[in-house]
Amino acid sequence: MITVESYASINEAASAMGARATYMAGGTLVMRTLNYGEQTFERIVRTNDKTLKQISVHADRITLGAGLTMSDVLNARDLEFLAPVARSIGGPAVRNMATIGGNLFAAHPYGDFGVALLALDGQVQFADGSQEDMERFYATRNTQAALVSSISIARPSGSDFRYAKVSRVKPKGVSVLSMAAWLPIRAGRLAQPRIAFGAMAATPQRARNAEQALDGGALGPTEIQTAVGTLDRDYQPPDDALASSWYRTQVAPVHLRRLLADGGHA
Amino acid sequence: MAKTPVQFTLNDKETAVFVDGGANLLDVLRRVVGDLSPKYGCGQGTCGTCTVLIDGEPRLSCLTLAETVSDQSIETTGGLADGPDLHPLQRVFMEQFAAQCGYCTPGMLMAAKALLARNPNPQREDVIEAISGNICRCTGYEPIIDAILDAAGEMRGRVS
Repeated sequence: MITVESYASINEAASAMGARATYMAGGTLVMRTLNYGEQTFERIVRTNDKTLKQISVHADRITLGAGLTMSDVLNARDLEFLAPVARSIGGPAVRNMATIGGNLFAAHPYGDFGVALLALDGQVQFADGSQEDMERFYATRNTQAALVSSISIARPSGSDFRYAKVSRVKPKGVSVLSMAAWLPIRAGRLAQPRIAFGAMAATPQRARNAEQALDGGALGPTEIQTAVGTLDRDYQPPDDALASSWYRTQVAPVHLRRLLADGGHA
Repeated sequence: MAKTPVQFTLNDKETAVFVDGGANLLDVLRRVVGDLSPKYGCGQGTCGTCTVLIDGEPRLSCLTLAETVSDQSIETTGGLADGPDLHPLQRVFMEQFAAQCGYCTPGMLMAAKALLARNPNPQREDVIEAISGNICRCTGYEPIIDAILDAAGEMRGRVS
């Protein structure tokens, strides 16, 4: 038997977590587990804490409440650069339910929103006030006990953030892969660019070799060719029903080249 | 184990039920309330046939925790018709063979209703986007898209 516990604040919900408990935000992950009888929990902990819906915009960073839905992102003027990411996830009904925080826990090949946040130097902030780099977070998310309250990301300018999702079904399908790139330019040179792929590993993962190949250079054809040639060093993608590891390995450089060269038309 | 009382409006009718812990809205609508119009398809948010409108917005009832809809307004396909008069979307779907096996139809109708409430004059791309979370394995989608566009035109004519 499942019991549902609703709390007024994220801190109270965090305190209530413990053995046999799971936290539920939009429900798109937890409820499907329940529908299939695969749950390992007996308690569902939730909150309607409005602070989880907040968006705080600063000069060079933006903090996104973990409870923002994909539709909330689409409706937020300050988050226009994330609209293509939110729009690529599910249909309208899913987008009205699925939250940013929940997306961070979506298993392969889902979780495309997190790919964008990872490329944007995402820092996961927890209810207890602690903070963790998204790479570290992804490495430990399955054993994560703390509740995610918000995610802080870099605020890109102009067209220096790019995202594309590759799927077999149009207009919407599950990712063969998704990719995001944050390409800040200083004095005409790329300055610490960040590139992340989804569905190319068990969790979203940065393309560190490609980032290093681009850092300090121009975003020209030669640099792009060098960068995309490094992807097989960063990824050993999984096989699944959508694509084999071999296929993902073959097409990832093609799609990254398009993303870097012209913004991507996947 | 105690059940939880939940009150909501279903197709403009006050509804009060007791739900089991962890019950999804679709099960409550079908098994407790007796509204069989929303269908169970995949149970994981992929097919869209369980789509209902909650406070006017499309959501997947199979992934909605029933006890979270207290004091909210729920609309299902069962409330579309006005007595013997079908809703324009229902009638055009029927006349234009936009339903074949019919399993996706409840979700398609509710997704379309939400679209037309927000955008009475949609372009074809708007319709495709609006039903992008609803899977049909019979029609190839084209008759459904055409039907929604035609229903939109008819509904605009009514308003003017």
